[in-house]
Amino acid sequence: MRLDWEIAKRGWGRYAAYPWATAAGVFTNTVFGFLYAYVLLAVYAHRTSVGGFDKADSVTYVWLAQSMIMTVYVFSWWELAWRIRDGSVATDLLRPLDPQRYWLAYDLGRAPYHFFFRGLPPFVFGALVFQLHYPTVLDAIAFVVSLVLAVVVSFGFRFIYNSVAFWLLDFRGVVTFSTSVVIFFSGMAIPLRYFPHTLRVVCYALPFASIIQTPVDVWLGKRTGLALLGFLVLQAFWAIALLGLGRILLGRATRKLVIQGG
Amino acid sequence: MWRRLVGAQVRSQLQYRRSFALDAFGSFWISFVDFLIILTIFHNVSHLNAWNVHEVAFLYALSAITFALTDLFIGHLDQFPQLIRDGNFDIVLVRPRGTLFQVVAADFASRRLARVLQGVVVLVYALWSLTIHWTVWRVIVLLASLPSAVVIFSSIWVCGACIAFWTTDGGEFTNAFTYGGTTMAQYPFDIYATWLRRLLGFVIPLAFVCYFPALFVLGKPDPLGLPRVLDFVSPAVALAAAIVAGLVWRFAVRHYRSAGG
Repeated sequence: MRLDWEIAKRGWGRYAAYPWATAAGVFTNTVFGFLYAYVLLAVYAHRTSVGGFDKADSVTYVWLAQSMIMTVYVFSWWELAWRIRDGSVATDLLRPLDPQRYWLAYDLGRAPYHFFFRGLPPFVFGALVFQLHYPTVLDAIAFVVSLVLAVVVSFGFRFIYNSVAFWLLDFRGVVTFSTSVVIFFSGMAIPLRYFPHTLRVVCYALPFASIIQTPVDVWLGKRTGLALLGFLVLQAFWAIALLGLGRILLGRATRKLVIQGG
Repeated sequence: MWRRLVGAQVRSQLQYRRSFALDAFGSFWISFVDFLIILTIFHNVSHLNAWNVHEVAFLYALSAITFALTDLFIGHLDQFPQLIRDGNFDIVLVRPRGTLFQVVAADFASRRLARVLQGVVVLVYALWSLTIHWTVWRVIVLLASLPSAVVIFSSIWVCGACIAFWTTDGGEFTNAFTYGGTTMAQYPFDIYATWLRRLLGFVIPLAFVCYFPALFVLGKPDPLGLPRVLDFVSPAVALAAAIVAGLVWRFAVRHYRSAGG
């Protein structure tokens, strides 16, 4: 546990070292927040509700999604894949510490940094300009739980697509494709609630909804009582399932590992 | 010179066929997501203001194709901060060729062709489903808008890359105007708030990328009621943007202090 904490601090420190990169990212997320907020507002010129989201829900969704984008790390994550490709993973495997646990601890140190410094500022900008929906105390607590689970689900999936590099050295296309799947099926690009009914039901069952859509629904108070509990359990299920799958892949890979480079 | 440099890179990238195919496949899908957003929106509404799905698809296609072409030619500028950080820009300075030319010609990622192809697919769909009354002028405005848009996007990208001369980890500022720019241009400008439209549409001339040319080609009245002469000025705006970008680049290079030891 002590070790995990030290690794997590390194995860935080790695990103805290570049304040200008953080400022630039906040600026970009804010610009995208404004763009998508006005796009979705145009939808409500013709409708009062889409899939249970009213105007304020949708604009709040936009700013929440932009704020969560780095915390749950929607975009391509390559660090493990590069270490596999250049052979550094051999050193990692020699250490008396499991690589999956190492990267999970690192990611759980990174996520709070991104939450406070990449997530809060764009949301504040959005809140200053638009009428947003705010959670009750209970929903806010549930949101934090849901967000932590979202980070683990996202990490579990990122670890899997990075592990592909053990078998395939041309992994760039796989990573890009996996990222596009996450962006669209998590609800990052557009709320899953805007999808046609059947597609929406399927998407809610997939692990990707746990990354963006479920925490957003919780914040907006769309899930209460047993339904709320059910969605948190589903997130926990996907977190464990994806970590488990990553574990199996890692086990298989290390048994046949060929190290690149000399 | 450019053709020889780029030709060599294309040949080398095609040596790894499977890698190239997988990369192109990934690029194709990630750019398709933006169009899926538009289709999803129009699953719920028939119009965004006075624009139907085919008209927005037309806007999308123009923005996507021209942005993908820009990305193909100079997308490498995204890695420009790395060049500065490593001190390798010094090598560029001592060679007897233009600095911007060398930086830009250093990478030509053929996989990005997949993004152009994705835009072309949507353009074909849009043109097939729209009934455009083609006139000579409409054809001219459409054809002129493509290179103009590429030049405008490129100018924005070059200006953004110049930030790296002062801080090498602020590269993402540029994304707001490049990736943000193509996203903004995919939608009709009349849905945005006035302040955003003025700032990103006219100060940074994104409205001239496809909104004004599209109004003319589609024969739509301007919902913003602006002078119709704006429909024709995209090439002039592109020229002005290129001059500004050139001046900014020269100014930045002159103030460059190497990081290398």
